[in-house]
Amino acid sequence: MASTNNEPAISAMTAAAHGIRVENVARHYTMGEAIIRAVDGISLEIASGDFVALLGSSGSGKSSLLNLIAGLDRPTGGSIVVQGSDLAKLSRTELAQYRLRTVGMVFQSFNLIPSMTVDENVGLPLRFAEIDRRERGKISRTAIERVGLAARIDHKPTQLSGGEQQRVALARALVNQPKLLLADEPTGNLDSKTGTGIMDLIDNFNRTLGMTVLMVTHERALAERYARRLIFLADGKLVGDEPNVPTHAAQGVRQ
Amino acid sequence: MKAYDIIDLAVRNLRESVLRNALTTIGISVGVASLVAMLSLGVGLQKLASRRLEKSGLFDTVIVSSRRDWRGMNRSDERSGPGAAESRLLDDTARTEIEKLPHVIEAYPDIRFVTELRYDDKAHMSMVAGLPFSAKDTDAFDGLQGQFFSSDDAAEVVLQKSFAAELLGKSEREDQENTADLAKPLIGKELVMRYAQRVNAPTEPSAADASGSYSVFQKEQKLKIVGVADLDPDSMRAAARAKVFLPLKLAQSLHVMQIGDMRDSMRGFNAQPTYLTISVRVQDPKYVQSVEDAVKKLGFSAFSILDASKSLTLFFRVLDMFLGIFGSLALAVASIGIVNTLVMAILERRREIGIMKAVGASDADVKLVFFAEAGGMGALGGVLGVLLGWAIGRVIDFGTNFYLRRQQLPPEHIWYVSWWLVMFAIGVAVVISLISGWYPAGRAARLDPVQTLRYE
Repeated sequence: MASTNNEPAISAMTAAAHGIRVENVARHYTMGEAIIRAVDGISLEIASGDFVALLGSSGSGKSSLLNLIAGLDRPTGGSIVVQGSDLAKLSRTELAQYRLRTVGMVFQSFNLIPSMTVDENVGLPLRFAEIDRRERGKISRTAIERVGLAARIDHKPTQLSGGEQQRVALARALVNQPKLLLADEPTGNLDSKTGTGIMDLIDNFNRTLGMTVLMVTHERALAERYARRLIFLADGKLVGDEPNVPTHAAQGVRQ
Repeated sequence: MKAYDIIDLAVRNLRESVLRNALTTIGISVGVASLVAMLSLGVGLQKLASRRLEKSGLFDTVIVSSRRDWRGMNRSDERSGPGAAESRLLDDTARTEIEKLPHVIEAYPDIRFVTELRYDDKAHMSMVAGLPFSAKDTDAFDGLQGQFFSSDDAAEVVLQKSFAAELLGKSEREDQENTADLAKPLIGKELVMRYAQRVNAPTEPSAADASGSYSVFQKEQKLKIVGVADLDPDSMRAAARAKVFLPLKLAQSLHVMQIGDMRDSMRGFNAQPTYLTISVRVQDPKYVQSVEDAVKKLGFSAFSILDASKSLTLFFRVLDMFLGIFGSLALAVASIGIVNTLVMAILERRREIGIMKAVGASDADVKLVFFAEAGGMGALGGVLGVLLGWAIGRVIDFGTNFYLRRQQLPPEHIWYVSWWLVMFAIGVAVVISLISGWYPAGRAARLDPVQTLRYE
């Protein structure tokens, strides 16, 4: 699917300075003699503050691309420039700093540390940012209040529902005030009502905090409801890129 | 990451697997206890040897002789300084002068003679020696049965165990006899010493050569047996060692003919008695060399066995090293336990490490947390190990002293845990733990977050 109007082109103009620019990026794995092309020569640009959904079936390469943009993985070819930094050229330490300062991540399986309370899980990135303990408490409490879990601050993940756990993960992603929120199937483990609540929160962060959101999902309806741009992947290649008018916004729903 | 956050995360992780980490820590503590046990035994034995040697008087004593005397012990002295004929006499004037030297406690003459002693109407020949009152504190009298002389001039005598056996007509295998059994029938009994007394001839102004004249009389002295010594108080005298001991002042007052008297009369300078040797006791073995040098400056020959103590120190250093190596073996085994525990922790916490990396932890942050865990186990194991080693030491000390008391020997501390050993053992435990944590920490830091988060 090719873009039908000039919106992606406008986004591309600003992406070089503040957004994401992916140029002919590839991530190939070798398994025995076979080469698996998880991401195979994708190029795209995402403007700062945009809400983009990466769509595709299982194995299409959407999560692999997200991991590359998140700095969790390194491409085997091409380049990814985020906020002016070429991720391929960053050292391991610089990449860790990039994940700490620039990116907030939300996963399908929440990925909270079970032995830590809500407060401790949310404050974990602040430890790596060397924020003072007292200051850390204030910042994490604000983030927890923002996702509506102030009453569960001392609970452990096992004492929370799936939706609450994902809210904690969102608060953790938010706590370092990143420019980019990457969400990998954020509602994949939730029922539709709870999933909607989570998506409303993400949408709210995008609109009120100006965070660029890149969300991986295989649910087209969900993507169409919240994203302003839909990117389609298949077999590691970009097969479609189209603007979208979020129905959620059209309905005037706001958090 | 800040230090307190590293420690906090490490402690949190250690508490997560309490049993496994506790077992690993116990392993370290057993290793440290073994190291402490071995080294404190080595140090204890060294201290025991030093204590015994110091008590023996061997290491804080300088033996002074006249260069006139052919018995001068240091032959290099004979070749330097004044010739034998011109050098000074070792008499009471010299003794007083030596006693005034810095760090000298006392200087006493060596009075010894072979004479006849009668007990129960039977005559026995033995070497008799005068002992200063300060000899009471030497280890030779640790196993003394009865008591030491009541004063420095009391008509009392202390016998060596073998002579006591001879007086009682027992076998020569006196070492198998119990000292208490030998002492019981002898203490309080009388011994008659027959000796040759030297009396100087009265000096006449007209007789220019009368200074060398003296008369010799046969005398008898009754002595009360007050003690029987288990050890040989005169062992360093070898062939000239005495088996009967008198208070020194009493021995001096008897004016017994000495071996050198005859020779001195030939040389014509025995207006007052001279001594073959004078024993000089110094405050501490470290002053022996300076006192020895000062005595030589006065024109006498001096001898000490300080060099022997240096060899002894070297021996104990080597012993400590070997004991340390053996003690470290258990610690080496414990370090493998740390590696195992941390590798297991990585397997269990793969996902957690991935999460930490995804939210911004650097390789160094992950590595430091694992290092802190290894160091924490090492420090705790070190402290527990020192306590365990100390407890083992106390038990062995108690057991040894129980045995010594049963053997009627004085108690000894063969176990010595010094502060430096405590700090060293804990330090070694921490360092070995950190080295053991190196590989697991590096492995954890290198984990691929994509793989770890995909896991499950």
